Amino acid sequence: MHATNLATAPASKVNYEPKVFDLSKITLREFNQALHSIQDGTNATSWEVINPKGSHAVAAGAEHPISIDVKGSVGYYCGGMNQKSTITVHGSAGPGVGENMMSGTIVVKGDASQYAGATGRGGLLVIEGNASSRCGISMKGINIVVRGNIGHMSAFMAQSGNLVVLGDAGDAFGDSIYEARLFVRGKVKSLGADCIEKEMRPEHIEILKDLLAKAGITDVKPEEFKRYGSARTLYNFNIDNADAY
Amino acid sequence: MCGIVGLFLKDKKLEPQLGALLSEMLVTMTDRGPDSAGIAIYGNGAKGHGKLTIQSPNPEADFKGLDAELGKKIGTKVSSIVKSTHAVFDVPVEKLEEARAAITELRPNARVMGAGEAIEIYKEVGLPAEVVKRFDVTKMSGSHGIGHTRMATESAVTTLGAHPFSTGPDQCLVHNGSLSNHNNLRREMIRDGMRFETENDTEVAAAYLSSKIAHGQNLGEALESSLNDLDGFFTFVVGTKNGFGVVRDPIACKPAVMAETDQYVAFGSEYRALANLPGIENARVWEPEPSTVYFWEH
Repeated sequence: MHATNLATAPASKVNYEPKVFDLSKITLREFNQALHSIQDGTNATSWEVINPKGSHAVAAGAEHPISIDVKGSVGYYCGGMNQKSTITVHGSAGPGVGENMMSGTIVVKGDASQYAGATGRGGLLVIEGNASSRCGISMKGINIVVRGNIGHMSAFMAQSGNLVVLGDAGDAFGDSIYEARLFVRGKVKSLGADCIEKEMRPEHIEILKDLLAKAGITDVKPEEFKRYGSARTLYNFNIDNADAY
Repeated sequence: MCGIVGLFLKDKKLEPQLGALLSEMLVTMTDRGPDSAGIAIYGNGAKGHGKLTIQSPNPEADFKGLDAELGKKIGTKVSSIVKSTHAVFDVPVEKLEEARAAITELRPNARVMGAGEAIEIYKEVGLPAEVVKRFDVTKMSGSHGIGHTRMATESAVTTLGAHPFSTGPDQCLVHNGSLSNHNNLRREMIRDGMRFETENDTEVAAAYLSSKIAHGQNLGEALESSLNDLDGFFTFVVGTKNGFGVVRDPIACKPAVMAETDQYVAFGSEYRALANLPGIENARVWEPEPSTVYFWEH
């Protein structure tokens, strides 16, 4: 294993081997700076991070079509604001993985802590373990696929995008939801305000088929899911509810 | 924010390293709270012996000759080990309460940090690395311990506002979060005869658990009760003579991660705190559920 600081490496260097960054030897800032210094059309498309040991903001702000393999568990905000990159965490992720991601793919092989994919605007976030509370909170177009269960208050105020959960969802699922589509295969402990079960139409089966395929899930059928979404009763202020404020 | 760490050893072979392991965990959490830091270590004292941890703003003057004065007052032989602003007095276990009262009388400016058969508490204003060094924590052995680094919200940055809080024999508690009904609970408990040293919300939580335990609940039951009676944000880690417990409020926005192996159960506000523990790569690592009590006993 060797550590290469791309910030000081010649930009024109062609390197088809994975670039390996050892976070026990260089600072996180050096790694992220190298990531942000990539030129368009780079041949260095395979990156690897070792010894992350729960570091925060690993590979935050990546914006090129490269693959980044993180060998170990990460802390807060891994892959935040991601655009185009494919980030794989070979471990678990702390709070806010993929927060506000725009495009690209993030795969977490282990579990994800609270607010995974929060406010995400695009791209695909796959969590192969469980996600905890507030998964997909305020999601704005991201697609999230969770192989295991998700915690309470997930998809709170979700605005658009798709949340697919192969396991169970916790309390107050989809509370105050706008227009995101929520698909759950297991049980929902309780639905939040204005979130209801909805009819599964052919176009939803197609969406699920596509997302499951993209997430590499082949052992589950789209027909096994139920769909949830907004009842749209909170869109406008209702004068009859004035006493509640 | 605030950072919490805890380590409950199952394997006695690790006991000599408890202080060193816990210190490293706590120092890793430094950027979650720079105001004050503290650590509680449960070490096996000799049978029949009790420990009284005393803190003084004027340690030189207050601790000088206190062994002899205290011994005379409670009619027994007393010894002590002074570490910076703290001193741990070794007194017969049946004389602990008497000794506590005597010290308050002999040295009105000194404060009792903790008392019991196993517990020693060290806490001060400053960064974890400074606090750990000041009290030589890395050399301490023990069966379990809890550490805290504080970002103050509900009360002033002082030694007494630092965590852990101890309000009963061999009991202590650390807290990440803030309670919103602590003033009312404090008033109720004062009416029931409990004494408080600070205006701090966490002290109220510690006293609440002590009061439940004094009324016959075990640690697990006391933690269950806290979920009904405490309002606000909290992740608590608590210690008793033989036990170690964790509970989070129903919203559970204060972070927590746990790891368990055949050798230990560990708690950290973040995974970073656990990343260098022996065997962590094969540990079961999970996030404690909201409104769920976890506790382990030796």
